[in-house]
Amino acid sequence: MTSLAFDQVRVDYAKRTAVASFTDTVKPGEWLCIIGPNGAGKSSLLRAIAGVVPHSGRILVDGSPLTARSSRRRAQLVAYVPQSPVLPSGMMGAEYVLLGRNPFVTHFGRESELDHSMVDDVIERLDLAGLATRDVDTLSGGERQRLVIARAIAQEAPILLLDEPTAALDIGHQQQALELVDTLRLEHGLTVVSSMHDLTLAGIYSDRLVLIHEGHTVASGIAREVLNASVLAEFYGANVRVHHEDDGTIVVVPSKREALK
Amino acid sequence: MSMRGASQWWIPAAVVALACSLLLGVMIGPAGPTWWRVPLELLNRLPLLSIDSGLTETQWAIVWQIRAPRVVLAALVGSTLSIAGASYQGVFRNPLVDPYLLGVAAGAGLGATIVITVNRSGTSSWIIDPLPLIAFSGGLIAVLVTYLVGTTGKGERSSISLVLAGVAVTSLATAAQTFLLQRNSDVIRQVYSWILGRLSSATWSDVRLVLPYVVLSTVVLLLHRRLLDVLRVGDEEATALGVNVSRVRLVVVIAATLGTASVVAVSGLIGFVGIIVPHAVRLVVGTSYRLVLPISLLFGAAFLILADIPGRVLDNPAETPIGVVTAFLGAPFFLLILRTRKNER
Repeated sequence: MTSLAFDQVRVDYAKRTAVASFTDTVKPGEWLCIIGPNGAGKSSLLRAIAGVVPHSGRILVDGSPLTARSSRRRAQLVAYVPQSPVLPSGMMGAEYVLLGRNPFVTHFGRESELDHSMVDDVIERLDLAGLATRDVDTLSGGERQRLVIARAIAQEAPILLLDEPTAALDIGHQQQALELVDTLRLEHGLTVVSSMHDLTLAGIYSDRLVLIHEGHTVASGIAREVLNASVLAEFYGANVRVHHEDDGTIVVVPSKREALK
Repeated sequence: MSMRGASQWWIPAAVVALACSLLLGVMIGPAGPTWWRVPLELLNRLPLLSIDSGLTETQWAIVWQIRAPRVVLAALVGSTLSIAGASYQGVFRNPLVDPYLLGVAAGAGLGATIVITVNRSGTSSWIIDPLPLIAFSGGLIAVLVTYLVGTTGKGERSSISLVLAGVAVTSLATAAQTFLLQRNSDVIRQVYSWILGRLSSATWSDVRLVLPYVVLSTVVLLLHRRLLDVLRVGDEEATALGVNVSRVRLVVVIAATLGTASVVAVSGLIGFVGIIVPHAVRLVVGTSYRLVLPISLLFGAAFLILADIPGRVLDNPAETPIGVVTAFLGAPFFLLILRTRKNER
């Protein structure tokens, strides 16, 4: 299992600062969920870990900085599922999953038999045999999401990043996708960092939540500590009620203004 | 897996198609021996075989010194434009891109115009004909300028600004060329016959001139075919999958430009091959660059050999420029692709 640490990580775009200073340590095998309103810097932080945008400060994997590694080596450590992945039309499901093996294939090389059997294995375990020979263009939202997760799993990286993994899914598929990630996390000992808009789901699936607002961390801890009505009102500008179920589940329910009276 | 099965027959099939086109290309022509005697003579020339084909020395000279270099040059030009077009489409993730996108054609055209304007009497009799060399350099300089001004953007934007810079450099070079032609209207005919593309004057020395560049460019592009598949998911995800996207794009563009500039320098501007061949190939073998690149290479060679045949027999003794034939075939085909694409949506 692999740990992930952030030391004053900062992400700047041309005209604005997306992440001002993020410091945190994710324990091996932990699922950290980053929450916050739109534009808070959640995606930018994940993109920085994936190496897609440059950052300052340090992101440490098992103690050594990510920037010290080649892009290939970084991709062996970190798998990234973007918010709206590109599934190239005309590509077959199995070919798409095979892309996840790229970090293990030399620049001008070809995938080995091992890579192919690894992909076949992932497809079988994720129950995607029906999608393997289909054009990815023809898949539904739920099928696409499972295929993208399969690609990330084929990457065999110990750290899995998920940017809004449930954004395009209905409640059933949201649950399926998160259950799948949770199962894979336990099976493979993955360290998971995800951003999430649905606070109830974030609380249920993650070990710990970090609330960021305008690039700064404003709250961090387990769901019970972070998900409280006054904090959410302050940073999301939202009117919510927070229920504590008997089994420990925290449920965040939006409430209509009149109901407060 | 999808790469196995029927798809493994495509490459042998394309090799056979190319071999047939090569044979057809040396068999047909306005003057020379009866067509069926040519393959007999070719067999006769093989070691250990002796067949009486009845070819005279003059007829053999027509086949070997006039037709053969033309056919081989057509194959090199067709394959280079096709594989370069497919590669450009891959690195820019844009199906409508051709190998002239970044200004190679306009730069080479300007170079050729300058040479023709300066030496009205023609340069082909010189010991070293400067026209291909200057056209080649013009093409490379245009792409270099495009690259220098076009790579200021970051991420996804960088490929868009590169394409826009290519459009600007192309217009600039074309404008300069038009200006030169306005001032020297007596060479318009010469310049246009260069621009429209010609294989008719091909010699073995043309083939030797382009061969090293074509081989280098082709080998580099073929080596990148797997990475072009990874790039299909976009710059960001390809980066997250461990690809150094800007480096791959730079190397592919350099290789494709080198090949294109060298063939343009000897054959002029042969339009549409770089678009129609890769698209036709995609319609048949699917979208994976692992197949699209080698098959485009082989079919592109076959296509240009075949496209060159009507030009030399139809309107004999005048020749229809090859650029006109490919555009005549290419433009309607291109519209057809656009239509079917629209219907798919």
